[in-house]
Amino acid sequence: MTLAQETVVLKGHIIDSLILAKVLDTVLMMGGTFDLKEVQIGTTREEPSRAKIVVRATSPGLLTEILQAIQPHGASVDRESDCLLRPAPADGLLPETFYATTHLPTQIRLQGRWIEVEAIEMDVGIRVDRGFTSARTVPMGEVKEGDLIVTGREGIRVLPLERPKERDVFSFMEAQVSAERPHGHIIADVARRMQTLRNGQTSGGKAGKVLLAAGPAIIHAGGRDALTWLIDSGFIHVLFCGNALAAHDMEAHLYGTSLGYRLSAGRAVPHGHEHHLRTINRIRAIGSIEKAVESGVIADGIMAACVRRGVQVVMAGTIRDDGPLPGVITDSVKAQAAMRAALPGVELALLVASTLHAVATGNLLPATVPTVCVDVNPAVPTKLSDRGSFQAVGLVMDAASFLRELARELGWKS
Amino acid sequence: MSRLLVCAPDYFRIDYEINPWMRLSNSVVPDRAKSQWYELMRVLELKAGSSLERMQPVPGLPDLVFTANAGVVVGRKAVPSRFRHPERRREEPYFEAWFRDNGYEVIKLDGGFSFEGAGDLLGFPNAWFGGYRQRSDIGAYPRLSEIFGREIIPVELVDDRFYHLDTCFCPLSGGELLYYPPAFDPYGQAAIADRVGQDRCLVVPESEALRFACNAVCVAKHVILPVGCPETMKLLQARGYETHPIPLDEYVKSGGSAKCLTLALD
Repeated sequence: MTLAQETVVLKGHIIDSLILAKVLDTVLMMGGTFDLKEVQIGTTREEPSRAKIVVRATSPGLLTEILQAIQPHGASVDRESDCLLRPAPADGLLPETFYATTHLPTQIRLQGRWIEVEAIEMDVGIRVDRGFTSARTVPMGEVKEGDLIVTGREGIRVLPLERPKERDVFSFMEAQVSAERPHGHIIADVARRMQTLRNGQTSGGKAGKVLLAAGPAIIHAGGRDALTWLIDSGFIHVLFCGNALAAHDMEAHLYGTSLGYRLSAGRAVPHGHEHHLRTINRIRAIGSIEKAVESGVIADGIMAACVRRGVQVVMAGTIRDDGPLPGVITDSVKAQAAMRAALPGVELALLVASTLHAVATGNLLPATVPTVCVDVNPAVPTKLSDRGSFQAVGLVMDAASFLRELARELGWKS
Repeated sequence: MSRLLVCAPDYFRIDYEINPWMRLSNSVVPDRAKSQWYELMRVLELKAGSSLERMQPVPGLPDLVFTANAGVVVGRKAVPSRFRHPERRREEPYFEAWFRDNGYEVIKLDGGFSFEGAGDLLGFPNAWFGGYRQRSDIGAYPRLSEIFGREIIPVELVDDRFYHLDTCFCPLSGGELLYYPPAFDPYGQAAIADRVGQDRCLVVPESEALRFACNAVCVAKHVILPVGCPETMKLLQARGYETHPIPLDEYVKSGGSAKCLTLALD
């Protein structure tokens, strides 16, 4: 949830007169909050001081009341200007001085009015509609010649996240990466959120979606059953993965192996390395994963559960893919667009056992979406937070253990 | 020697109501007003040793008599007032003309802020205080501070009976302050006590504050104040001041007293 905010400036002899204290007290007393952005204190008694204060309130109405109350004490709204728009010089090209976004809620000022930038994500541009009434993020590659693009830094404000009301692991809003911390409470908090979101889906309450970006280690490590159960039970609504997760999931059904290793015995089986290729070939022959499931060729597992439950699946290919399976998007720009299109409504993101998909998904998510990144390799959550997804909670643990524990929290009896 | 700007009460009357003291029904008795004013002038000149600069009264401008609101003067610089109420804005050109005609460098405030001169800006040699909220805007003070090179500590006036700073706050020549604390909010009270020093704060009782005890003129060790303020006189005498009580009740009808009728020029 974001707040209404305005920057005010207070100048003069505001320290000894206690005017600054009075203004700040007034803001707090009325239920607002503030950030002291700059305070320049006069070096002599004659020299004035100056304070720049960001005033925040839970609603525009309250903000107006607070501003009206502090205005007689000299707090004047900082002079603001509209954001500067420039036309895109060509298709796929942003104007030289384009504003690059963060994944935090962002507003721009258009014709004297602050408006919210829609579909915020990091590292893209902002395009304004021709009527100057709305603004939306636009990736570089999707820009059309003549599009009005926000440039410079004037008339743009990035709002900090409000601390979530829920007092759980996400309320710290900072990346926590450690293998040495207990995981139990984090998993319990994730489970609680998933339960709430699923209840919302069935009861017409808060109907947010849960996104899972997943890697094939889930299958190798033995997390397939738990994940299948989570999907079948309606806890997962969007799946981002690559060719491998789907291939090994279906290989497990057809051959009982994952990348050639017998899942039950943990041993390589003769010619096992061919199993995933034969699986892919089989599905290609059928035409699609959906048809393979509907025809009963693939009767259980993650992909089958996704088809049965109508989970939105985006499979993004990589350069080393075998096949690939039908449905895998091999054009990475198109894959990115498909992932982006699946994000509206996502209220919780689980990034499990996949460096590429975790970072790609993290880059697309607004900071307002609580995110958990699970990997045995601490470098993955670290990389994610280094790339700006500071809201992601990192869990350094085995993917299968995570999924099993999560499923058990939610009622899975294994 | 102190020089004061004054204006005879030839046209002084109640023509409008712009403060809680003014009542159109409570009309001024012109002869009494005149004799009270001349008595004040006599004491200022003869007892306090002030020299008086007299400006010409103007028909239809009853409050021109309150020269404290002409502006603020330091050295050869004068900043004329910009009145809150349109009734008094008509006085502005006359005050400004007087400053110009008498060789002052006139600096006008821009930015659309109200500022009512020495009615709201008073102080000690090292710190000035600026009353705001009732008549003057706090936004005028940073500019005034820049013009005069002085620190100006803004204090909010919270009781509309004390609508100008000089109705509740009177700096004395020895560094003491005669004032009525409840006219200020707790922030203002703390700022004043901190800067002036608690031991120099002389607190006027409410009954005498309402007789405008604080609207006094202090010239060296002489303090000219309205009659009926015995406690205030005791406070002043205890600090070595010579007190000169003068009946000024005709001016109280308009919300003013001794100090409002003068503007310090040096």
